[in-house]
Amino acid sequence: MKHSSPIALSVFVVIYLVFLYAPIFLLPIFAFNDSAVIAFPLSGFTLHWFKELWGEDVLFRAATNSLIIAVSTAVLSTCFGVLTARAMARHQFIGKKPIFGLIMAPLFLPEIIIGVSMLIVLLQLGLALSLWTVIIGHTLIATPFSVSILATAFNNMDRSLEEASLDLGETRIGTFRRVILPLVAPGLISSLLIGFIISLDEFVIAFFLTGTDPTLPVYIWSLLRFPSKLPIVMALGFLLLVLSLILLSLFEAARRRSERLTGG
Amino acid sequence: MADFWEKTRDSFAGWRLIGLPFGFGFLLLLTPLLLMVLLSFWTQDYLDLRRDFTLANYREVFTHPVFFTLIKRSLAIALVVTLVTVLLAFPVAYFISFYGGKRKTLLLFLITIPFWTSYLLRIFLWKIILGYNGVINSGLSSLNLIDAPLSFILYNSNAVVLALSHAWAPFAILPIFVSLEKIDRSLLEAGRDLGDSAYRSFFFITLPLAMPGIIAATLIVFIPTIGDYVTPKLVGGTEGLMVANMIQVQFAKANNAPLGASLALVSLCIVMLIALIFLFLNRKYLGRRV
Amino acid sequence: MKQQDMVVVSDLRKNFGELQVVKGIDLNIGAGEFFSLLGPSGCGKTTLLRMIAGFETANSGSITIDGKPMEGVDANERPTNMVFQSYAIFPHLNVEQNVAYGLKKSGLSADAVRGRVDAMLKLVDLEGYHKRPSYALSGGQKQRVALARALIMQPKVLLLDEPLSALDKKLREQMQHELRRLQRTLGITFILVTHDQEEALIMSDRIAVMFDGRIAQIGTPREIYERPVNRHVASFIGVMNFLDGTLKSVSKKGLQIASKTFGSIYLAPEQMPAPLEAGAVTLGVRPEMMSVLYKASDQADYELQGKVVSVDYYGDMSFYTIAVQGSKEHLAVCMRNTVGRHVYDEGDAVRLGWSNASMVVLR
Repeated sequence: MKHSSPIALSVFVVIYLVFLYAPIFLLPIFAFNDSAVIAFPLSGFTLHWFKELWGEDVLFRAATNSLIIAVSTAVLSTCFGVLTARAMARHQFIGKKPIFGLIMAPLFLPEIIIGVSMLIVLLQLGLALSLWTVIIGHTLIATPFSVSILATAFNNMDRSLEEASLDLGETRIGTFRRVILPLVAPGLISSLLIGFIISLDEFVIAFFLTGTDPTLPVYIWSLLRFPSKLPIVMALGFLLLVLSLILLSLFEAARRRSERLTGG
Repeated sequence: MADFWEKTRDSFAGWRLIGLPFGFGFLLLLTPLLLMVLLSFWTQDYLDLRRDFTLANYREVFTHPVFFTLIKRSLAIALVVTLVTVLLAFPVAYFISFYGGKRKTLLLFLITIPFWTSYLLRIFLWKIILGYNGVINSGLSSLNLIDAPLSFILYNSNAVVLALSHAWAPFAILPIFVSLEKIDRSLLEAGRDLGDSAYRSFFFITLPLAMPGIIAATLIVFIPTIGDYVTPKLVGGTEGLMVANMIQVQFAKANNAPLGASLALVSLCIVMLIALIFLFLNRKYLGRRV
Repeated sequence: MKQQDMVVVSDLRKNFGELQVVKGIDLNIGAGEFFSLLGPSGCGKTTLLRMIAGFETANSGSITIDGKPMEGVDANERPTNMVFQSYAIFPHLNVEQNVAYGLKKSGLSADAVRGRVDAMLKLVDLEGYHKRPSYALSGGQKQRVALARALIMQPKVLLLDEPLSALDKKLREQMQHELRRLQRTLGITFILVTHDQEEALIMSDRIAVMFDGRIAQIGTPREIYERPVNRHVASFIGVMNFLDGTLKSVSKKGLQIASKTFGSIYLAPEQMPAPLEAGAVTLGVRPEMMSVLYKASDQADYELQGKVVSVDYYGDMSFYTIAVQGSKEHLAVCMRNTVGRHVYDEGDAVRLGWSNASMVVLR
């Protein structure tokens, strides 16, 4: 039995962490650096870039678009996830495997393939690109993740709990609401969260399928082409990081609290 | 007879549930993919589409040096990125699982923090590190170690490999960590009890049992990297471009959607082939186990 | 240390952080002995076994196996092998590969290894299972593979960590006999950890009963069952009726005890397994040592009038709970259901009796 971690391994992990954090360290440095050029040496502290960021109207439109798309994607992929996971866990039906394969297929497809194939259809049908086309694309790629998460939740649930509820006179819908839903609730929340995150950060599909309304990544992409806008991008990136860390901590705190309450 | 009705009813109930997600996938994934196949056999004639069946696009993909080079390069870059990412991720996952103690969650959290900002920015930041007046070059010249900025570190395949290996790190660490966590520690004790050295216990028990996680990590990294658009565009220069960039060009500037479609399909076939190989390996390791 | 001692444990202590799990254990286990560590969960028996195996390091104290001190000797170097509670069958290997696992470094030829594996599989009654993948094994079969895998190493001591707890009752009883037979045939020292008192009684040469990190009593199954040193041990190993008494004097001839119900009584010295000071003591009688006196002519050394509170009918026997005069606690009496013997109902008045020799004096 080993008692302490080997030194070589510990050193490797530390170096690896430095590698992981290297790019992120630059975000706050250049977000607060008083120079329009992103280079060393540094010039001094400023909040100027955050002020300028505040003045970017397109940013707010892009952020709103991204939020709408991300929430819709999260809800849709979770609904599909519940339906699929439930069907797979409880029923035997013709075509079960190929159908499941089709729903999970986006896991094995590079995003650009999905973006391109949908673009072809939309162009051939002469349909306009809109937020809806992006939502469809994102739901396609997020659904397999929701299914995986929810399948675990459904498979872990003891079937006799459901039977007990029916035995005690509850209806099927009532059983779903009073027994199944609370038991898979942690899975539902994880599924919503993962759908939201996947959609919020997705670029390629959005790049192919957005019309005149950009999403946040598409907007960032357009900024990256203008060197004068780069400090603003740094400021934006820093804000995104801080915001997601705050949200993540709140989520974790809530999870711990509910774990304590349920005695888990 | 009763059995038959029971089965039919179960089948019907299953269909009623899965019908909606299946319909969605059928209409918006399978149909577009099939249309893309169809399109790849057509040709673009300036603004018109000629709907005669032809293999011309595929001929061009396989004979035109530019396309073929891009496909080869994409495959090579994706394989190197996958190898590097998984090889670097394994010791980290191993460390967290075996020596993480009570701080496992914290360590995992620490690993994921750098990834809670935009993917685009994470790749772009490498440009700042590697660029002509970036972190490395300005650092080295201020120390008077170099006279002119190093140019071999940005705008080539190396930069693409570096940025992608960074971007997909946690996606390799997590599945490997999960598979290591699943290993019943009494198996390792049993091995020790039967005379295993630390070396043998690692190569004969830990590694084979972690295989499903390693294979999952490989697939999770390989599939998106081979089709990556952003990284080569930002840090690849001209000699680091990959097939996804060319697909985009065909659909936009070049206005040759059929050629773009056949390029996409050829890439898709390569991905499928490699994914199948790995799924087969996975089944070999995982499929038999309960 | 005696010459024939295989395992010697002295003043062994182990803490997990603040928690003391093993609080000073001394133990001598003879070569070829089937020894059981018996106790409730959390009593430290598994930790003790894992320290003998080399998976845990003691905070203080020493372990000697076959005359060699084990301090600093890693688990893979010790002449012990373990059968794990979860069996720990390697899921990526088949039966043959599992069993042969530890022989890789032995320098044996492939033929010799095959021969040993064949012999082992035959020994555990798994002939022809060589290529069976481990996921396709039942619990009982996994158990046998785990046993074969450990025994093929020809250990000096085989350690068994609750090996039968996951099996159903029938299979467990069968395996108990088989393990006993194996141990007799091979002559290897077995150390078994169990919380099942019946299992320990059936299988062991000697038993150590453990509570709360300490050994309460070591002895043969009969000593442990018939002469428990205190109420705690007595109640853990089956059921025992307790009566109050006062120890007046101890001499070579016997023990003089005063009892409220029976006045002054005399017992043999060996009826007090652990020496006690004069004063309040407990008199213990096992339920099957008491009997219901059916006929008026039936007589016993001690008799009590009582009333049946409840009857548990087991088929081969009936278990009565009886309220008696002058005692707040009910007495348990176990009677075999032989031909024509009456089975009493609740509320029936009965007369109980037991012999002088069936009593034991304990703390």
